[in-house]
Amino acid sequence: MAYFPFEKQTLIQSWRWIPSIGLDFAFRLDGLGLLFAYLILIIGLLVIVYARYYISSRDSMGRFYSYLLLFMGSMLGIVLSENLLQLTVFWELTSLSSFLLISYWQHTPQGRDGAKIALTVTGAGGLALLAGILLLGHIVGSYNLSDILVSGDAVRSHSLYTPVILLILLGVFTKSAQFPFHFWLPHAMAAPTPVSAYLHSATMVKAGIFLLSRLYPALSGTEEWIILVSSAGMITLLLGSFTALFKHDLKGLLAYSTISHLGLITLLFGFSTPLATVAAIFHIINHATFKASLFMVAGIIDHETGTRDMRRLGGLWTYMPHTATLAMIAASAMAGVPLLNGFLSKEMFFERTLIDETLLNFLSPIFATLAGAFAVAYSIRFIHSVFFNGKMKTLPKVPHEPPVFMKIPVDLLVVACFAVGTLPMITVAPLLAVAVTGSLQTSPPEYSLALWHGFTLPLMMSFMAFFGGIFIYYKRQKLFEWYEKNLSHIDARIPYNKTLHALYRIADFFASMLHKESLQTMLVWFLSVSFLAGIVGFAYGNSPMLGERNFLNVDLMTIIMTFILIIGAIATAAMHANRLVSLIIIGIVGLIVSLLFIKFSAPDLALTQLSVEVVTMILILLALYYLPQHTPKELPKTKMIKNILLALFGGAGVFILTLAVLSRDYDTISSYFLENALTGGGGTNVVNVILVDFRGFDTLGEITVLAIAGLGIFAMLQGLKLYAPSKDTHGSLWSTDIYPLILQTLARVLLPLMLMVGIYIFLRGHNLPGGGFIAGLIVSVALVVQYLANGIAWTRKRIPFSTHNLLAYGLLIATVTGLVSMVIGYPFLTSAFTHLDWPMVGEFEIASAIAFDLGVFLVVVGTTVMILVQLGKLSLNSHRSPKKNSKEDQNTWK
Amino acid sequence: MEIILALMIAVLTSAGIFLILQTRTYPVVLGLTLLSYGVNLFLFAMGRLHIDKAAILGDNENAYTDPLPQALVLTAIVIGFAMTAFVIALSLKAYSKLGNDHIDGMHTKKRRER
Repeated sequence: MAYFPFEKQTLIQSWRWIPSIGLDFAFRLDGLGLLFAYLILIIGLLVIVYARYYISSRDSMGRFYSYLLLFMGSMLGIVLSENLLQLTVFWELTSLSSFLLISYWQHTPQGRDGAKIALTVTGAGGLALLAGILLLGHIVGSYNLSDILVSGDAVRSHSLYTPVILLILLGVFTKSAQFPFHFWLPHAMAAPTPVSAYLHSATMVKAGIFLLSRLYPALSGTEEWIILVSSAGMITLLLGSFTALFKHDLKGLLAYSTISHLGLITLLFGFSTPLATVAAIFHIINHATFKASLFMVAGIIDHETGTRDMRRLGGLWTYMPHTATLAMIAASAMAGVPLLNGFLSKEMFFERTLIDETLLNFLSPIFATLAGAFAVAYSIRFIHSVFFNGKMKTLPKVPHEPPVFMKIPVDLLVVACFAVGTLPMITVAPLLAVAVTGSLQTSPPEYSLALWHGFTLPLMMSFMAFFGGIFIYYKRQKLFEWYEKNLSHIDARIPYNKTLHALYRIADFFASMLHKESLQTMLVWFLSVSFLAGIVGFAYGNSPMLGERNFLNVDLMTIIMTFILIIGAIATAAMHANRLVSLIIIGIVGLIVSLLFIKFSAPDLALTQLSVEVVTMILILLALYYLPQHTPKELPKTKMIKNILLALFGGAGVFILTLAVLSRDYDTISSYFLENALTGGGGTNVVNVILVDFRGFDTLGEITVLAIAGLGIFAMLQGLKLYAPSKDTHGSLWSTDIYPLILQTLARVLLPLMLMVGIYIFLRGHNLPGGGFIAGLIVSVALVVQYLANGIAWTRKRIPFSTHNLLAYGLLIATVTGLVSMVIGYPFLTSAFTHLDWPMVGEFEIASAIAFDLGVFLVVVGTTVMILVQLGKLSLNSHRSPKKNSKEDQNTWK
Repeated sequence: MEIILALMIAVLTSAGIFLILQTRTYPVVLGLTLLSYGVNLFLFAMGRLHIDKAAILGDNENAYTDPLPQALVLTAIVIGFAMTAFVIALSLKAYSKLGNDHIDGMHTKKRRER
């Protein structure tokens, strides 16, 4: 056959994605996937054409189509997935895109509510499905369908089988609107009609059913399956077809009719026989065609008359005969009239119910006929109350035939209904056969698609349903009154809302217990819990607190340094009320920390700490200018004591932890770095080689974070106005000599020298302490000193680049360096190096990593200077105080 | 030597914890700075302590300190700076918008009134 891209074999294309969790990026195409792909693509195309004329020019066409195509892609992903985890991702994507589509008319409360309900129900089901699939994968040992579909016996006999099908069926039933989760579908009718035609009749609601047929070989056949699936299907079938008759909204009627047809298909899968599967898949095709066309007709009627209420409509036959003809054929297919596709699959369904031995036995055919009769009744109502039923009443618009491209999609679908109904062997049989093979994973059973099987029992049931339907419709007034009085107040939304509100209350309760809107309270909790966790951890270990490792000898200098650091740290804490003093003391602590790094063989860290210390001090000083100079004492004494105790406990815990680690030996992975730094990375400074080469990807992430933080600060301080005090803490005026001459002169003289040091540190970084981070900080200090000494305006004029550009180019260079190695066939950020003989300087190693380091350098310079200048610039805004010509006005950075 | 380093880390942590439990933004910033000194030293010490064994190849024969914690701490220091800057900018913004520098955005007294 021309339309099969494969010779009845299963095509699988897979790429390894995250092998450690069994996730492959894998697709499969077999008959079942093919059938659904056809449904999705063909009906999708028709809906796209139709929607072009349906969506009003006032609405955003682009938004609509991007959501619709997003949905289409996700739906294709579901039906073509080979890996079940990947399938779940697409499954959730359809829930999300359906949410966006239902709420497309965001201004209507129905749209928003309907979207929320749909997302909540299908999203919750999606989570259950994920859990079920994880269990299933655990049983089989693989998430790939090829493995799962052949392990049916192992799955069914496994002790976890019941939870697996419960969870998976939760996903299926929520998605395919099975009782008791069916209520989201009528609310989803708030969506634009093309969406209802596509998602809520032909495709998305079939996703659940697709999964039933997909996993049929692995899960079906057990008693649990039969009871769960067929009872849900039977209840849904009856409930849907019964309720549909009483809906006055055209789309409401179609929604409940869809629910009942979905129930019918589910019921067939519940029977769990190959022949029932044939009927189910056949009905999937038929339902998609006639229901999509009926939705489109409902859309046309709504579009042309301005209402969908069947009590207001009537007599449209004279105004739109073409549409009416289409609607009649499609509705007849829905009712199961012979010569149309709905008849064939309904006959097969009736035949299956007759030999149902498992569930309801003799009740099955009775219920089926009853549901059939209601289907006939609501189909007649759809046609009669819209196109006939007396003269046309006053309507919001005077109706006429719709634009031709709104009718063509319906035309094509109705022709398909007719073609399948009259010539099933030619039109649908081959596709049905491969789809059934794909679902069953074996050759299909013997079945006949013939129109005429003689006077059989199913035919009798069809007749009974047909005349029963006419009778029900004839008695409709009494039925409507009865329904209005007794049943119309039953709404699944009420329990749904109650449940939802109960959940909200529980969530609020927990949130208000934990979230006290106070940083201190939360920190106290956090610290106490981590302290307790530490105690528990130590208490349960059965090894000694300290290990055997020998300690280094202590020397006098270190003791002095320790002494200063401890005094400094305590003094910072004790004197924090006097903010400037505590800042100076904390600077001392920072210096000692960098000395410690030198002492313990970390020259790179010492350089970094030192230069960071300088910029941090400038930064805090700048900010402190605007903040209050003193911290008021407001903590009560008991709280203070509590805090001190907590701090002491925390310190003690860290002390023990540090010693416990330092007194033990350990295996390091660093021998690899030490051995390969020179041969593989081309540098002798191993720390730098790790940064720019071995762990270059980490560094790329880190400079990105740095850049984001810088931009965040820039945005936060942009346009901020702060009150700038004119006096210091002692009440004396700030000096008016804001750019001291000596500082100015020295700073300008020193600039080239500082830049040269920066460049030197940068270039030697690969081999000796230094590198992009440190050089960046040094150059930043050099530039910031200029700003400090000469003012922003003066300096900015003389610096030819903006800090934003530095950031951007830095990130660009770092990323491109990585990409270049990808282009020439190595993994991202692989470096290469060579030796250069630089006259005067000597032999010089140049590695591609130096380009990466240049990126790091630029980002660091850009971020640091940007932050500090942005803080400094605050004075430009802040000093425009009421007295414009006062002397304070000069106290600015210009 | 290890004992006094542990002591230093402990004191830095204690002082840091004490300061971040204060009610105003500025002490919290100082507290975070002290805490990050402590944490950086702690992480650095995970490579154990070595004297005169800087990981510059060729200086010693096969006796080097562990360079990996150093590389991690180096970026941590720089990121720590960005974080301090961000918190300081946030406190300035909050001070400007709320009119006080209380850590929860309002004075304790006003809070009770509400």
